[in-house]
Amino acid sequence: MWEQIRSNQNRSVVLVAGMGVMLLLIGYLVGIIFLDNGIGGLIIAFIVWGVMSLVGYYQGDNILLGMARARKISHDDHPRLYNIVEEMKIASGLEKVPDIYIIDDPAPNAFAVGRNPDKAAVAITTGLLQKLNRDELQGVIGHEIAHIKNRDVLLMAISSVLLGTIVILAWYATRFMFFGGMARSRRSSSSGGSGQIIILVAAIALIILAPIMAQLIYFAISRKREYMADASSALYTRYPEGLASALEKIAASTSQLKSANQATAPMYIMNPFRKEKRPASNLTSTHPPISERIRILRSMAGASFTDYEQVYQKIHGAGRVVIPASALALSHPTSLRAVEAESKEPDKIEKMRETSNLMWQLGNYKTITCDCGTKLRVPPRFKEPTVRCPHCGRINPV
Amino acid sequence: MIAVYVIIGIVVVLLVIFIAIYNRLVGWRNQVKNAWAQIDVQLKRRYDLIPNLIETVKGYMKHERETLEAVTKARNLAQQAASAGAGERGKAEGELSSALARLLAVVERYPDLKANQNFLALQEELTSTENKISFSRQYYNDSVLKFNNQIQMFPSNMVAGMTGFKAGEFFEVTAEEERKAPKVSFT
Repeated sequence: MWEQIRSNQNRSVVLVAGMGVMLLLIGYLVGIIFLDNGIGGLIIAFIVWGVMSLVGYYQGDNILLGMARARKISHDDHPRLYNIVEEMKIASGLEKVPDIYIIDDPAPNAFAVGRNPDKAAVAITTGLLQKLNRDELQGVIGHEIAHIKNRDVLLMAISSVLLGTIVILAWYATRFMFFGGMARSRRSSSSGGSGQIIILVAAIALIILAPIMAQLIYFAISRKREYMADASSALYTRYPEGLASALEKIAASTSQLKSANQATAPMYIMNPFRKEKRPASNLTSTHPPISERIRILRSMAGASFTDYEQVYQKIHGAGRVVIPASALALSHPTSLRAVEAESKEPDKIEKMRETSNLMWQLGNYKTITCDCGTKLRVPPRFKEPTVRCPHCGRINPV
Repeated sequence: MIAVYVIIGIVVVLLVIFIAIYNRLVGWRNQVKNAWAQIDVQLKRRYDLIPNLIETVKGYMKHERETLEAVTKARNLAQQAASAGAGERGKAEGELSSALARLLAVVERYPDLKANQNFLALQEELTSTENKISFSRQYYNDSVLKFNNQIQMFPSNMVAGMTGFKAGEFFEVTAEEERKAPKVSFT
């Protein structure tokens, strides 16, 4: 298991290092332009990065969950979801059950956060909870747990902090260039001659380009991780069809997630900004094309990494590796789980009711069922001892 | 003189490799142990759920005494086999699984029972526990396979032989019907 994670990280480490170099470069250039001193700029870049890393490391998950307005649930709030997370935790061999959060949003999506497997959380939207059946939910949770198990969440956090630092530095640098900062640079260039003007122009161009390049690298890291997580999910559940059909349902939905933004997009199981009928170019997308992910999952002959790799190579041509070699070396033939007899689960309306009950409950509302069958939601601030049913007029005690 | 240094160098390198392999084997073995503990937790959870289930179901199923007794009996036998090895235990658990599957199949005939909230909650727990058993078994067997591979492959087989590592035993559930057991019917 360790070898797999390590080599998985090795490839991404190169990309992260690329972002690091870019940060150093931008710091140095900012220093040269504004302070006439590259080292000073480096120090500034380092401090900004350090502060952001510390905040990101200790508060990153809280900030993310807070931004998504996610709420933590326990076993009794939604037994089925909790059990499925526990099942996937067992299948993946994770030590601890991650915290489970619900986001009240009709757009189906999910993400995982946490700096290490012991302090991790998965969050899923109510839309997802309503749309998916047990097998599909298992596939999605397996995908998220794989992100935790493969330490993708930490890697994504590190690279998003790097990206954030680069963006902030570049943003302030361009602002300063237009207001005031230019005066100093003009002075220094007039004494230095045309050579320095060229350097200055190049530096400005780089400062403008750096955030875009950093973002592209960030997306590249994220895309690779998605394949690996899909393959792991198939291995855990032994049932790639579950995840495939979940992805299909998620892709069919047209609603967009309210609480996502560009920086958090790669964390979700599905790019929240995906627009219908407008294929994002490969470079700027945070996720591999959904149809391809589904196609790979559906064509798998077994549940092992080797099976996933084989299908991937069939699509992209031999030699294009998606699963690291060390993970493949440990992979052994694994058969798929047989499709079980059609299980009758709570139907769609039942599931909607279930999740809406959950959201009321999380908002500390009390639910009273009147004798006429009407459900009364009593807000937490309601202080009266009784409430009158608006439907039949009966007086119910609170 | 140089020859002595070379020999010492080789010995040190071999020793380091030996220690590294040994530690890795210990890691694998602990993973196997850990995985076994997981199965154990889930099987115990199932023993605990069954009396509750019988209690809930009893009032509705007046005519299914035999089915209920079979479940209770299989549960007790499985509990007794808990201290046995993986092979024997798998057999007892398989019996229990098929007895449970028979009971849950009979439930279909009792619409009142299927509307009982308490029963529905229990059913979800039981379904999930069955899933957890099969997932923990899957993880355990994967771990055993990897551990056994390490023990048999060169060069770790030499370290394993010298330090007395023994191959792990797979956990197979013997009853054929067991595979159908996890899916419990809702509605």
